[in-house]
Amino acid sequence: MSPLAKLLEAALFASGTPVPLDDLAALDPEATPEQLTAALAEMAEHYADHGVELIEAGGGWQVLTRGEYTAAIERAQLASRPQRLSSAALETLALVAYRQPVARAEIEEIRGVSVGNLLKTLLERGLVDVVGRAEGLGRPLLYGTTPAFLEQFALRHLGELPRANELAVALTARELHAEP
Amino acid sequence: MRHYFDAMIADAESGAPFVVELAHFNGPLDLLLTLIRDEQIDIYDIPIARVAEQFLVRLHSLGLDEAADYLDMAARLLRIKAQLLLPHPEGDEAWEDPRAELVRRLLEYQQVREVVDILDARGEARRNQFARTVPPRVGDPFPQHTVLSVSMSELLAAVDRVLRSAIRPIVHTVVPRTLDVEGALRMVRALLAERARASWREMLSSGTEPWRALSLLLALLEMARLGECVIRQTAPFTDVEIVEISPQGEIGPTDPRAAAERP
Repeated sequence: MSPLAKLLEAALFASGTPVPLDDLAALDPEATPEQLTAALAEMAEHYADHGVELIEAGGGWQVLTRGEYTAAIERAQLASRPQRLSSAALETLALVAYRQPVARAEIEEIRGVSVGNLLKTLLERGLVDVVGRAEGLGRPLLYGTTPAFLEQFALRHLGELPRANELAVALTARELHAEP
Repeated sequence: MRHYFDAMIADAESGAPFVVELAHFNGPLDLLLTLIRDEQIDIYDIPIARVAEQFLVRLHSLGLDEAADYLDMAARLLRIKAQLLLPHPEGDEAWEDPRAELVRRLLEYQQVREVVDILDARGEARRNQFARTVPPRVGDPFPQHTVLSVSMSELLAAVDRVLRSAIRPIVHTVVPRTLDVEGALRMVRALLAERARASWREMLSSGTEPWRALSLLLALLEMARLGECVIRQTAPFTDVEIVEISPQGEIGPTDPRAAAERP
């Protein structure tokens, strides 16, 4: 590997969370963006035959173990996977992701159930956060997703959400409080 | 009509294929969608009466606590059913199918379900990959020159913690003790007039009560503020030296013993 690729590898090894491209660029002020991209590509290729791989998600780059070794790693109790989200929690999370910033009442109207506890769980897991308050009556809290959400769903940015364009239109076009 | 519904309910209760536990559903819309799919109903032409009855059948197996959301939907279904029974003039442009709102919500919810499946698959794949576990960064626990950055939820959580711990406040009586700063001032001034230099340990004999130590500290700070003395220390954690400033503004030399300690 080139010296720059080795430097990036060391930096990603030292960090437990995705490292944004800007932070990687700061490692070597002399490196041009093209050299950086090339070094990342070189590293990804280098890892092609390794137990770990280079991933771009959550607004940065990260080295992760390959899925096929998860069972063995867990059996040996070296690391454990986070708990899987329930289907109801995922629905709530999806609505926050597609409609952010969104108030609780809006999510409840689409899902047809109350979501207070689910939102609390998602807040505790750091997947959503309070991003502000609405202007309307009672100034309800507005929720949005966090970088941890992108990381845990292997998304580079919100635009990568499945069917983002189609759904953003479909979900935004509806008129809220249209009911009598 | 009545007979038909009774048959439907009996059919459902006797364990027809689409009888499922309500706990498996994520809410009334999920249940409705499943009913529609299982019955292979055209979503744009829902036989409301039939669906409403099916819906109510499912409610029987539900505790009242969890049933609130489902009852709300049941009421909506019955209202739509009633509206459909009312006659409306043929070819009336203004008449809107009472089912339209429900259909719109169902379609919207269906899209959410589809996205959830995709997200779930992505999340599962990522959940099976481990990142390196790095211990939290060691550093200055209280960075001095950075802007405090707290999110709204962190702030609310902190308030929550405080309020929770404040439910049973520990009540205790504080006995007020007046500090004698004036007395300490007189003592220090007299001492310095005599020796021009003194140390904190000399002035504070061991076993002194806290209020005396505090009085002395405040007196020293006050004198330093007035420019009557200099408080200095040759190295961290060594004794504190108090040196008188003469009326001409001259500071006495450092204690030779203390100076010797300096590397």
